Amino acid sequence: MAEFKVAPAGASMVDKLTLWTQNRFPTAFDAYRVHMSEYYAPKAQNIWYVFGALAILVLVIQIVTGIFLTMHYKPDAAKAFESVEYIMRDVPWGWLVRYMHSTGASAFFVIVYLHMFRGLLYGSYRKPRELVWIFGVAIFLVLMGEAFMGYLLPWGQMSYWGAQVIINLFAAIPFVGADLALLIRGDYVVGDATLNRFFAFHVIALPLVLLGLVVAHIFALHDVGSNNPDGIEIKDHLDPKTGIPLDGIPFHPYYTVHDILAVSVFLMIFSAIIFFAPEMGGYFLEYNNFIPADPLKTPAHIAPVWYFTPYYSMLRATTDPMVNVFCVIIGVSALMAAWKAKLPSLAKAAVVLAAVVAIALLKTFDAKFWGVVVMGASVMILFVLPWLDHSPVKSIRYRPDWHKAVYGVFVVVFFILGWLGIETVSDTKTLMAQIGTVYYFGFFLLMPWWSQLGTFKPVPERVVFSAH
Amino acid sequence: MIKRILQSLLISCMLVTGAAHAAGAGIAWDKFPVEKLTSDAALQNGAKLFVNYCLNCHAASYVRYNRMNDIGLSNEQIKANLLFATDKVGETMKISLDPKQAKLWFGVVPPDLSVIARSRSAAGQGSGADYLYTYLRTYYRDDSKATGWNNLAYPNVAMPHVLWELQGERKPTFTRATEHGKDVEVFSGWEVSKAGTLDARAYDNAMADLVAFLQWAGEPAQKTRQQLGAWVLLFLGIFTVIAWRLNAAYWKDIK
Repeated sequence: MAEFKVAPAGASMVDKLTLWTQNRFPTAFDAYRVHMSEYYAPKAQNIWYVFGALAILVLVIQIVTGIFLTMHYKPDAAKAFESVEYIMRDVPWGWLVRYMHSTGASAFFVIVYLHMFRGLLYGSYRKPRELVWIFGVAIFLVLMGEAFMGYLLPWGQMSYWGAQVIINLFAAIPFVGADLALLIRGDYVVGDATLNRFFAFHVIALPLVLLGLVVAHIFALHDVGSNNPDGIEIKDHLDPKTGIPLDGIPFHPYYTVHDILAVSVFLMIFSAIIFFAPEMGGYFLEYNNFIPADPLKTPAHIAPVWYFTPYYSMLRATTDPMVNVFCVIIGVSALMAAWKAKLPSLAKAAVVLAAVVAIALLKTFDAKFWGVVVMGASVMILFVLPWLDHSPVKSIRYRPDWHKAVYGVFVVVFFILGWLGIETVSDTKTLMAQIGTVYYFGFFLLMPWWSQLGTFKPVPERVVFSAH
Repeated sequence: MIKRILQSLLISCMLVTGAAHAAGAGIAWDKFPVEKLTSDAALQNGAKLFVNYCLNCHAASYVRYNRMNDIGLSNEQIKANLLFATDKVGETMKISLDPKQAKLWFGVVPPDLSVIARSRSAAGQGSGADYLYTYLRTYYRDDSKATGWNNLAYPNVAMPHVLWELQGERKPTFTRATEHGKDVEVFSGWEVSKAGTLDARAYDNAMADLVAFLQWAGEPAQKTRQQLGAWVLLFLGIFTVIAWRLNAAYWKDIK
């Protein structure tokens, strides 16, 4: 325990009170130093670095508006839709709270996607930040669950049938699928039981996990220090006297004022949507969801909300011919490994055997199941990203120019997959989605190979910064 | 820096372009005259039409009668002119139609109309108000249907033309045309077989009023929302300038 300090004679009331608290709760003061006033972040961080702070803001908005929504919302299949309209009409400022929450959900994903893309650009997931990244991907996963379960609550047609479709995906898992789907629904069809358990998960279970993960994400980040657009370690150049990184500046006040500006600009966009386009052209609030859930009437077209569509596209792309394509890719890669790779012959035999088993499994189970696997893998693959990237530099800035094109195409593919996930299926669109899926997985799985290729630019010793 | 901001803006704009949902059958939608939404007289006339023609089979069970204070009607006016199904002005617009019987009579239960205008929007086709405005004006005589009526915006609709006395009876005319190399029948105009009490212009006008009411009823807070939004953005605009200067004031020390 720290020593009890005594205030000097004539100290002001504020100083006395501060000291009184400090003597009794030093942890709070330490935390302030470690995470704010003496947390040194690289001075060259650019606009891509505001999305972490904005994600925290949106998290707070979601929790606070969520608390007020639960005061009036009724998790009951007979009353849910009505209670949302009650909030929209009869609860004072209910419409504002609800629009903040519904827009916040989409804003959360926009911000998180940009935040993740920043990590991708500047290699923020690489040593020593692997755990920061893993916690982040876990946050993203939980967020997806949170959004999915929250989307059922308004109990509109899209809520209902979207949940029906996604839960039925679990039924495609061999042996345990049917029971698993039943466990999730709590009934043989999506119904009151489903609504109640989704409500429980949405308002307490997942938010608790989410908050825990956010804390872990930030603590781990502050232990290893923030990355920067140059992808170099500022801790390699410390001030010999103070031990502070030469290119580091205290988070508070420099990045807090930065973030206040970002928050203000973000809130302008956020408010513009809330007040002038809360439905956002049917993307944030789907039109069909203004029709109460009707278990007897399947909508002609069911699409998930926009932030899930890239993965949903990859699921739909996994048709029987696509499974054959997977078989060929696995077979050819195994043969290539057996022929070219410098491995002991036993290992080569193991690779070929594994490929044979994989192909046998691919052909044994239904394409629908493999679609679910592909969809799951498309998110899970992010967990291993730190070990897939073998590039000698972290930041895109010092990579060969064609790497930028690879990333650019990846972004375009991701958008196209997202768009395809909203569209109805056609042969051309399925083919597009299949090409997109192959590129998406190729980008990650071949990264150990392509990320080393090309001529890399020299990385500077110190961060590149121009005063502004 | 600027380039990056522009890039992220571009990405967000791509998100804004309307979601292409499956287009329903029916003709292209006419544009609902949105200026009706700002006219209390139009909204009040719409309320009158709604209560007289719609609110017997359809409910609007999330809309409270006294919410019509917002469109310039006093409780006394509402009680005297619009309150048929209840005697409490704080009640919602419920009806006493038995859904089971309704299903027997019409084949479907007439949907609640509280949020009908919001639910019928479709990207690429128009707003829910556009749809309703078209739908209410494209009924025609069709003896092959059980009700004797059909609709161009909603083919094979279960609802008969409740407003036929106002509009009269009409039949659409079609011309043959070639589209994408196929012969198709294209709607070309109307043939009036029996005149209604309103001429075509007055009927369109009345329907615009009715749709304005439905649009208002779908989100009574819409006007407040937009008015407040302007102030919020003004505040945030000023705050952004302050935050920008504050940021600059701190960062000028960083070399």
